[in-house]
Amino acid sequence: MTDETNPNRREFIKNTAIVAGVAVAPGIFLHSVSQAKPDEHPVDNSVRWGMLIDTNKCTTGCDDCVQACNKEHGLTIEPSHRAETQPQWIRKVELKHKQTGKQTSLPVMCQHCENPPCQDVCPTGASFKREDGIVLVDKHICIGCRYCMMACPYKARSFVHETLTEQKPYSPRGKGTVESCTMCVHKVDKGENPACVTSCTHGAIVFGDLNDPNSEISQKLATEQSMALREGLKLNPGVRYQGV
Amino acid sequence: MRYWLTTLGLLFGLALSVVVVAGDDEGKSWIPSPPKAKQAANEQTQCVEPVDVMRRMHGSYLKHHRDKTMYLGIRTKQYSLVQCINCHVTENEQGEYPSIQSRNHFCNSCHEYAAVKLDCFQCHATRPEEAYENQVPMVKPEGHH
Repeated sequence: MTDETNPNRREFIKNTAIVAGVAVAPGIFLHSVSQAKPDEHPVDNSVRWGMLIDTNKCTTGCDDCVQACNKEHGLTIEPSHRAETQPQWIRKVELKHKQTGKQTSLPVMCQHCENPPCQDVCPTGASFKREDGIVLVDKHICIGCRYCMMACPYKARSFVHETLTEQKPYSPRGKGTVESCTMCVHKVDKGENPACVTSCTHGAIVFGDLNDPNSEISQKLATEQSMALREGLKLNPGVRYQGV
Repeated sequence: MRYWLTTLGLLFGLALSVVVVAGDDEGKSWIPSPPKAKQAANEQTQCVEPVDVMRRMHGSYLKHHRDKTMYLGIRTKQYSLVQCINCHVTENEQGEYPSIQSRNHFCNSCHEYAAVKLDCFQCHATRPEEAYENQVPMVKPEGHH
């Protein structure tokens, strides 16, 4: 029964979304409008959001994505203020091949695993994965135990040590809770790209729907070599890399 | 005669107390006087629900809506905390928004009176979205690139 109804429903939603995208502005095709989810629609697993990061384009010393992320979510209160405990959602990792000396620079953030270890260990259920594959923290029930920070093989999570003020309206954050990259879920729900993607002047990050075979990211993944970080853990992350 | 005098006295006393309450500055007043919203949400109910319903139920609406937003990505505005703030937190003549500790802040004006602790704003923004649009962007540390 469900096997029969689901594909039809999916087709119906797809078609209405296309019609809505066209009807909003006749004559002008707005790419973002056609992708945007109506506010009242819940997310579903017909979509899985992901990123493909081309490390051949990413440049050593450039941290535009990190700065954009900090600004978007108001992460840094003042530069160099207690740097050890400063929350960090994206960090630049520099790799050097010992034998060949080839240097690689890559941004590492929450990899939005299909089977997130942070969710597995969370004692309160605060770590969770949305239907569309975005891994988040429900800070209302996070008790700040930091098991998820221990469990994350990518070291992607931060703990907020200090009282915060002036948080962004779309990105609530508070002392005593764990946080990490949200894939700019507030922008994605509006049909926009995450801040790191739009800020990358080298065009190294492609964001899109891994379930849609026609999306740019799926097309690239289908034709070019890519890998997940620490692939052996079989976590199937939504963030994948090229040229590592 | 005595009855009338008593009634007159009572009325006078009542009138005096009204004057005292109205003349009191907001720092000392014990009656919450939440600031007016920017606009009525609609003609019939003023807010997104009738005002008496909102007074009783707003906590419940917000709590259920937050879970829908977070887990399901439903971003309708009716019971959204951000939308409450957008409409209800207004700037004064100097163009300043009240602090959450102030009784001029819509939420705190009642919560302080009722002695009900507000946890929302340990994490959530206390001012409307437009207040953050003109905010000076964070300074990039020197020595970048």
